[in-house]
Amino acid sequence: MARYLVKRVLQMIPVLLIITLVVFLLVNVAGDPTVNMLPLDATEADRQALREALGLNRPLYVQYLDFLGDAVTGNFGESYRYNQPAVELALQRIPASVQLAGTALLLAIVLAIPLGILSAMFANSPLDLAVSGISVLGRAMPNFWVGILLILLFAVELNVLPVSGSGTPAHLVLPAVTLAIQAASQIIPLIRSNMLAIMHEDYIRTARSKGLREAGVVCIHAFKNALVPVVTVVALEIPSLIGGSLITETVFAWPGLGQFLIQAINNQDMSVVQVCILLIAVITLVANLLADIVYCLIDPRIRYS
Amino acid sequence: MKKNDKSSLAAAAAAGPKRHRAPRWLRMLWRSKTGLIGFVIVTVVLVFAVFAPWIAPYDPNAINPVDMLKPPAFMEGGDMRYLLGTDNLGHDIFSRIVYGARISMLIGVCSVVVAGFIGTLFGLLAGYYGGILDAIIMRITDAFHAIPRTLLALVAVSVVSGGSVTTLIVVIGITGWITYARLIRSEVLSLKEREFVKAAITIGTPDRTIILRHILPNVFSSFIVVSTLAVATSILAESSLSFLGLGINPPNISWGGMLSTGRNYLATNWWVATMPGIALTLTVLGIMFLGNWLRDLLDPYNQGLQ
Repeated sequence: MARYLVKRVLQMIPVLLIITLVVFLLVNVAGDPTVNMLPLDATEADRQALREALGLNRPLYVQYLDFLGDAVTGNFGESYRYNQPAVELALQRIPASVQLAGTALLLAIVLAIPLGILSAMFANSPLDLAVSGISVLGRAMPNFWVGILLILLFAVELNVLPVSGSGTPAHLVLPAVTLAIQAASQIIPLIRSNMLAIMHEDYIRTARSKGLREAGVVCIHAFKNALVPVVTVVALEIPSLIGGSLITETVFAWPGLGQFLIQAINNQDMSVVQVCILLIAVITLVANLLADIVYCLIDPRIRYS
Repeated sequence: MKKNDKSSLAAAAAAGPKRHRAPRWLRMLWRSKTGLIGFVIVTVVLVFAVFAPWIAPYDPNAINPVDMLKPPAFMEGGDMRYLLGTDNLGHDIFSRIVYGARISMLIGVCSVVVAGFIGTLFGLLAGYYGGILDAIIMRITDAFHAIPRTLLALVAVSVVSGGSVTTLIVVIGITGWITYARLIRSEVLSLKEREFVKAAITIGTPDRTIILRHILPNVFSSFIVVSTLAVATSILAESSLSFLGLGINPPNISWGGMLSTGRNYLATNWWVATMPGIALTLTVLGIMFLGNWLRDLLDPYNQGLQ
């Protein structure tokens, strides 16, 4: 286990290097970092002077190594819009994002597990069809559209929840539900198919034949084993949950990392964009690592070497 | 077995001219309700996309201040001239949805071609040659997997500062290749263990021939299934970018952009956002249904199904 962990962590290093390279190339090669730093009437000479001052005339690999060194020491420069270190600004936004994404993930799991189990227990019943239908619909709708529908229903028609903003628990409900619907629609069919496969296993037949009640069979014997792959799916959902929260936070004006990042992209505030992408990538990688560890802990058959 | 064949042949001959039967795919389509729904929806959207100028009753960009924010025809106060109502500039929403189908389908299909090409190439290289090349390509897919696709596409579109159709096709294509790379790699890995590939390697068939003649044809069906579903994902990605204002620019029309406009009129004129939202959902749903049906159709375990 310890050796496997070390190997996994070491494997993250090249991945992180590739991510920094992608981010670096995007910002410095595909785009021109000086575009928004100069006034509109700046001359070519001004531009060259600024490029010289920022070190943008050096060979690319030197610039990349420089960027890498800065990234390791947590120095990404200042946001040109807020004149504050980009890292600090981004870190300030993390709690709100974690609150939203955490609530959504929790809600998704609480929704998906019973619905997935029920639709497997009563496969092809009207209940199963309804649950499958809703989860297909959930996958077919982009989350900003789900968000708009929820606003229309709960904020405009029924007027029970605020349209957008933050501050009270009521503000958290709509964005969290929007994200949870998206995640649950992915998780439900997986739990259903896992449960269906497991219900045909020999040990389930044994449990039934020794006279256990159906609820006991499902809860004690089947569910524990259906849970194993779910951990992976939940971990795999994390990047799309973060990606989804970019848009959901914008729709609901939720002051998290996603909304901040979208604003930075719109303002071409590239030092902020770089920090945010790297932060999100690290969060995703760590989440996947944690999922692998949990996977290993809950399933004694898996022994990594 | 042979005897059986003969007797059935005899029976067929005795029955005279063979009764005409629809091809297998059509029979399977008829049997699968969702497949049929998907097929119909995708056909309608494609017809909209191809024949937009003939189907749309109005110029989708014609500004008409007199008829601003008219409700759909079926509602109270609706105008029969505007089937799905008008938006804040008096644009006919139905005409815009018809033209929006063009952008959705164009970007959806073309970006999948880009993603499929890159992903298949890398997947083949990784799976067939293995070793260090495989390790490098797999780490690259890990890296791409750790950054949400929407985010990568957003940043890419914003740095090249342009929401042209070509930019979006390339960006959405490039951010979508890892699905293919992983799929093709795993298929190639299992194909490499099969007798016919091993035999080809043993008799010294050049790599290129093995890949083109023995491996590619056998990954084709999963490629098609994944591609169909990838079109749906790409359409969603395009609509998200356009919703955030970083996608398609006017005068081109995107359903995501229409939804973004409609967001400002939710309280008073719900149809401005809802109509393109329904169009988007139906289209993606149709493509997903079609993809699931294709999976059943191309699955060798279902080949016996009549």
